Amino acid sequence: MRTLLFLLQKEFKQIRRDPGILKMMFIMPIMQLIILPNAADYEVKNIKLAVANHDNSEYVRRLVNKITASGYFTLTNYSSSYNDALQSVENDEADLIVEIPANFEQKLIKENEATLFIAVNAINGVKGGLAGGYIKNIIQNYNNQIRTDWVQFPKINPQPVIEVTSSNWYNPQMNYKKFMVPGILVLLLTIIGTNLTANNIVKEKEVGTIEQINVTPIKKYHFILSKLIPFWVLALVVLTIGLVIAKVFYGIIPLGSFLTIYVFAAVYLLAILGLGLLISTYAATQQQSMLVSFFIMMIFVLMSGLYTSIESMPVWAQWITKFNPISYFIEVMRMVVLKGSNFSDILPKLYTVLGFAIVLNTWAVYSYKKRS
Amino acid sequence: MRKKLSISNSQFFSFVKKEFYHIWRDKRTLFILLGMPIIQIIIFGFALTNEVKNVKFAILDNSKDEASLELSQQISSSKYFDLAINLHSYQEIEKEFKKGTIKFAVVFPQNFGKDLLHINKTQVQLIADASDPNVATTLTNYATAIIMDYQLHINANKKLPYTIKTETRMLYNPQQKGAYNFVPGVMAMVLLLVCTMMTAITIVKEKELGTMEIMLVSPMKPIKIVIAKAVPYLLLSIVNILSILLLSVFVLDVPINGSLPLLIAESILFILVSLSLGLLISAGSATQQAAMFISLIGMFLPTIMFSGFMFPVENMPKPLQVISNIVPAKWFFIIVKSVMIKGTGIATVWKETLVLIGMLIFFLTMAIKKFKIRLA
Repeated sequence: MRTLLFLLQKEFKQIRRDPGILKMMFIMPIMQLIILPNAADYEVKNIKLAVANHDNSEYVRRLVNKITASGYFTLTNYSSSYNDALQSVENDEADLIVEIPANFEQKLIKENEATLFIAVNAINGVKGGLAGGYIKNIIQNYNNQIRTDWVQFPKINPQPVIEVTSSNWYNPQMNYKKFMVPGILVLLLTIIGTNLTANNIVKEKEVGTIEQINVTPIKKYHFILSKLIPFWVLALVVLTIGLVIAKVFYGIIPLGSFLTIYVFAAVYLLAILGLGLLISTYAATQQQSMLVSFFIMMIFVLMSGLYTSIESMPVWAQWITKFNPISYFIEVMRMVVLKGSNFSDILPKLYTVLGFAIVLNTWAVYSYKKRS
Repeated sequence: MRKKLSISNSQFFSFVKKEFYHIWRDKRTLFILLGMPIIQIIIFGFALTNEVKNVKFAILDNSKDEASLELSQQISSSKYFDLAINLHSYQEIEKEFKKGTIKFAVVFPQNFGKDLLHINKTQVQLIADASDPNVATTLTNYATAIIMDYQLHINANKKLPYTIKTETRMLYNPQQKGAYNFVPGVMAMVLLLVCTMMTAITIVKEKELGTMEIMLVSPMKPIKIVIAKAVPYLLLSIVNILSILLLSVFVLDVPINGSLPLLIAESILFILVSLSLGLLISAGSATQQAAMFISLIGMFLPTIMFSGFMFPVENMPKPLQVISNIVPAKWFFIIVKSVMIKGTGIATVWKETLVLIGMLIFFLTMAIKKFKIRLA
């Protein structure tokens, strides 16, 4: 126990005397947490619209007005040729083309039916699909409008109607920040924790000081613990600062209890720091450990369920996410912060992460060799 | 004069050779450097999609008649929804949401079918877990569309007057595959972060170990020493680009519609920007840890968020749109999308190309200015 205390003293001193680490460990995440969530907005709006109009009639003018008045579209190109409109899509000046064929109004009145052509830039498939959906909706509405202009419908429902009411629980204003801030906080904690621990032991290897430790009677688990605990404490401090920022800048207060968050975070950090230490014991140089931790982080972060939802991944990819600690913490944060889930709700996830923590740290102790 | 030049050239090449040995003899690093983009492009190409599907949901059917059962059946059998449980009371919805077992619930009132039949009007309630607003909106839209289809289906197909039909074409990506968007994005990220991080770290490492001093006393110009360190990474990155492109064409079915030489030239330009950014970072940091912090922790998330491949830049608040302009990956992402997928030429991307060239010049001059010949 006393050995551990001395080791801890050494580690804390090392961290304290490296102003770089402290500065970056605190300033970087704070800045990012303040700025980044504002950039996250999946909602599709401000779609740039190009109109290729071959029929200068009253109805068409009303239709274009209706589309631009919807708020989803901004007209950036108006011409009488489709090629012109396509050109503007190629130049990234338009996302969606509405082509109005010649004699559109005439056909609609005389033949009771007319067709509009829509072309959507679908490189981002979902964005394209949504934009196409919006425009169809608007055209549908417009269609109903002109019908009522021409035909009188009976007042009572002639046909069966199903009314759909929808409600959005836990976040009725559909505020993306409520969803992103806890998630980004988790990512920052994880990236910092893994990288710092991943570098730590390797650094002693590179500088050569690990030899000095290897010749002392320090036990292997003492050494690993002494590397783990300081960053564990610091990461919890970063988490606290993050939660304060969430409150001050975004007005996000967890519905559930802070205790639940901290208990889960404490276990989670053990797992993630253990992962860093494990990388550290295997790597020979800092360059190696950084590359490996970058590689793992990139997969973990992009497959965490924060940016894209896990359910839509293919089954094999969903299996990968089962071994991704970040996905558990993000889910738990969302549950506790937004839904007010309590301790028993998150218990299954806590056990899983505890399992990760035990496996990773035991592995790290085992793979750290005092013999070179 | 000429002799002197050739001497300094051969010196330069021996430095480059030395750097190659460094990388070549560290098989682990080499393996990761070349293997990482391959694994990532495959995983992300298949796994990442903004599409929402197979979402676990629950049905609370207070009516249990023919109509509600049929509609439930239709929702459950769509690819977007995956029925997790049938609930029996309203309170259970909240419980399941809190446990995280479901993200969506459909509630049928009592007499759903009867009302539909007799008073021609009935209701369905959709409840979404909006802690993820994106998924919530999408699900509500999908479910509403399914219900509307059902309604159309039960209404005898009457033809309405004055119908405006729409024909929609999905340009460039008719199947709306996620990979079309994510391949250019991941390409930009991997290249930027790998190049920047690796150059920054190798240079700072020599500083830390003290071997930089030895090189600085050689007759080579210091800046050449530093550039020699970046050359191997340039070549490695070109190999990476080729493997990424081969994978996207043959494994992910993402086409290269534009000119391949242009795409490769733009990629090399982007690699040069990343390498020079790495040089700049190395000039400004004293330890590997500091270099890593800036190049990885400082750049990782901002690159994901601001490059435009996750979140549309035009949706961001104005100040952030301005910030996004300094992220090199944003410009490269636009270029790759245009050249690779839209198949356009230099005429459409010359602006973005100029921005990248400007960044390259800026980073290089800054790096040369900050680079100190004397240590401490």
